[in-house]
Amino acid sequence: MTPEDSLGAGDPGALATDGHAAGDGERPTGVLPVASMDDPHLQDAARYPRRVEGIVALFFVLGILGVCAFGAAYVENADTQVLAASLAVGLFCLGFGLTAWGKYLMPQGPFVEARHPLASSKRDREAMAAALVERTGVVVKRRKMLGGLLATGMGIFGIVAVFPLLRSLGPKPGSSLFRTNWKKGSLLVDATGKPVHRTDMQVGGLLTVFPKGTETTATKEAVDQTVLVRVQSTPLVTMKGRTDWAPDGYVAYSKVCTHLGCPVGLYEQELELLVCPCHQSMFNVRDGAFPQFGPAPRPLPQLPIYFDGTGYLRARAGYDQPVGPGFWERTTQGNGKASAT
Amino acid sequence: MAMTQRRPRTRREAQRAQGPFGRVQRLVDELDDRVGIAKGGRVFLDKIFPDHWSFMLGEIALYSFVVLLATGVFLTLYYVPSATIVVYHGVYKPLDGQKMSEAYRSSITLSFSVRAGLLMRQMHHWAADIFIGSIVVHMARIFFTGAFRKPRELNWTIGIALLSLAILNGFLGYSLPDDLISGTGIRIAYSILLSIPFVGSYLGSFLFGGAYPGTVILERFYIIHVLILPLVIMGLIGAHLGLLVRQKHTQFPGRGRTEDNVVGSPMYPTFMAKTTGFLLMVTGITGALGGWAQINPIWQFGPYQPPKISYAVQPDWYMGFLDGALRIMPSWEWTAWGHTIPWEVVLPALVFPGLVFTLCGAWPGLERKFTKDYALHNLLDRPRDRPKRTAAGAAMLSLLFTVFAASSTDVLASYFNVSLNSVLWFFRIAVILVPIVTGLITWRICIELQHLPGAVQRKRAMVVSRTADGEYVAVQAAPRPGDVHVELAPEPVPVRIDLEPEPAATVVTPEPGIRRVSR
Repeated sequence: MTPEDSLGAGDPGALATDGHAAGDGERPTGVLPVASMDDPHLQDAARYPRRVEGIVALFFVLGILGVCAFGAAYVENADTQVLAASLAVGLFCLGFGLTAWGKYLMPQGPFVEARHPLASSKRDREAMAAALVERTGVVVKRRKMLGGLLATGMGIFGIVAVFPLLRSLGPKPGSSLFRTNWKKGSLLVDATGKPVHRTDMQVGGLLTVFPKGTETTATKEAVDQTVLVRVQSTPLVTMKGRTDWAPDGYVAYSKVCTHLGCPVGLYEQELELLVCPCHQSMFNVRDGAFPQFGPAPRPLPQLPIYFDGTGYLRARAGYDQPVGPGFWERTTQGNGKASAT
Repeated sequence: MAMTQRRPRTRREAQRAQGPFGRVQRLVDELDDRVGIAKGGRVFLDKIFPDHWSFMLGEIALYSFVVLLATGVFLTLYYVPSATIVVYHGVYKPLDGQKMSEAYRSSITLSFSVRAGLLMRQMHHWAADIFIGSIVVHMARIFFTGAFRKPRELNWTIGIALLSLAILNGFLGYSLPDDLISGTGIRIAYSILLSIPFVGSYLGSFLFGGAYPGTVILERFYIIHVLILPLVIMGLIGAHLGLLVRQKHTQFPGRGRTEDNVVGSPMYPTFMAKTTGFLLMVTGITGALGGWAQINPIWQFGPYQPPKISYAVQPDWYMGFLDGALRIMPSWEWTAWGHTIPWEVVLPALVFPGLVFTLCGAWPGLERKFTKDYALHNLLDRPRDRPKRTAAGAAMLSLLFTVFAASSTDVLASYFNVSLNSVLWFFRIAVILVPIVTGLITWRICIELQHLPGAVQRKRAMVVSRTADGEYVAVQAAPRPGDVHVELAPEPVPVRIDLEPEPAATVVTPEPGIRRVSR
């Protein structure tokens, strides 16, 4: 095949992929025709290859300057923007030049390659199936006991191997999802360890509190985090059966959202709603933190609190239900609905 | 082939024996003696790549993965996957004296104190977003043009596995810096694990090594993110490309293109030059984004502490469809017989993505079954010629986009100054209506386009000329080669397929329009 074959010709030329097309006597050749006048996009490049060469060279020079500038910028410890600009200009220009070289100055064809069928002959297929079936028959049919024993052994290993792989990863959940570190008499302290006095907060104020005396690790904070809101200045009853739970309008709820466990960190003061920023569940602090909106399925558990002799807030008891999102072993809907009636 | 002739005596004789191609010939000979590369190598150099812009989408994915590997190796040299609490005393003054995990401190240090560290970190993050984005667009191209049809169903399935692994590894990756947003993401992932019936609490406890958050999760995410998943992804990419070479490319119908050939430019040098240039350009653009478009500014979020959270918490874009689904789901928790199933988590976070991916994976089989088209296909469809498939794809994409948009309910409510409740209900209705309407409209547009006159012809230029009298006349310009593509007419779906016995593999002269498959 010569370049003229594909220049301006309508049909794509066949590419010699092996000795057949080149002829047995001739020396094999790897030369391909370069340009195609056929494609309107390539006509200019085919007519004036020197122009394209110039443009490619220009981009290569810009690319060289860019990567040199990147090196210099690195040595000079320049700003991230300078590093990025030099790197981007360098690599993009080299890449653009190379792509243009490939597109306009290299053999473009169109060339044709035949698809060699993937499928084997019917005979080959049958031979493979026969080998599988007949040889498996030797194992399965004639030596049933041996096969069975081997399968049993491998199967048992497969099962017992899963145990150390999974089981070594961590302890069983046990009662960890049911417990927090709040208990009767726990002193409420803020993130710095300071206890909360009855005069500390204004109406509308909000504070995240933890039980004092437990060392502060992320794992403990994650379950113990409790949000303390002062809703009013007189005692508040959020629902029936919670008469002494919110003295002087101080009310404490678990800060772990019952939807997916994000901290319920926003407080809409006017509407008295605790809002979870993750998926916008809203809990009314006055009515036992029942979800008013959003995907949360349960109210936030309420922590019963009281003032001790010196006027500091303490927990009357721990939470009466697991805090946070739902899980399979969780037994009840929560105390909210049960005691509300 | 072993060389059996006598040893050459002089150097010149040796050179002459090497033939006209000198040292290269010798290298080829030596290699061919040992591993037999010449025949296959020549075929490989001649491998034909059909040209179409949409075939570059997969290349973007591949090259952003290369960028991910290169920048990721850099990051592993400085990142410390440890939850140990330390106090920061570094160059970034607003965080001075704050308690934080070693993971967060090392992420801040590599951003501010390691040369080119911030560039590498932001390039890595951008490359991850581009990687997953280009996979999605690439798959859309494959879907709408029917490139997944027999014999390429397996490669489509590998692609779906790659997409899901890429999303998973993206999530693990942006969880590593242990900033306030990523920590919240891990908390949500833990709660989703917990929601799985029967085994949720066990999975959570095993993965986190005890109660949330524990101290080992970053180490575990780290080894999965930098070793296990990259290995799996690399293996699957290898299989993906291996299958592509074995099955050869699909191509759009056109002059000289048949089911039995591939028309395009050869691997060496043309395609190699173009694609290497493209790799450099993708890297360059990622570099520009990494330095000029700030992404994930972890120093602004602060270190993760379980009781803290910021406003407008959103994951990276590819997790948005899950977040949106969680937001618009009504609270349907079931409690009975001493057990709880939090459907408001299980359905949107587990069942929904499971269904989407299963449906995508099963599509080639479903389509085969319903169209009874069991033929081998190497020529691509125009989307308009397969209205039902195109409508289904558009409906799926619009569903995912609506759910994705629902992950910004709070931001939309605040921006448009409407109630969050209205935005929520808007999305709850839209998520059902939008896919149906989009599907129907797409189907209709496809049908209309099919009946458009001159639909398969290239538009001809109009030449406007002025006559001596001052009158303007528009005349169609002379036709150019390739203006009329008769082969672009759609192929009917065959009713019955008989595979004829294949002739021995030879170079076949292309006969336009003739297919080996008869019906």
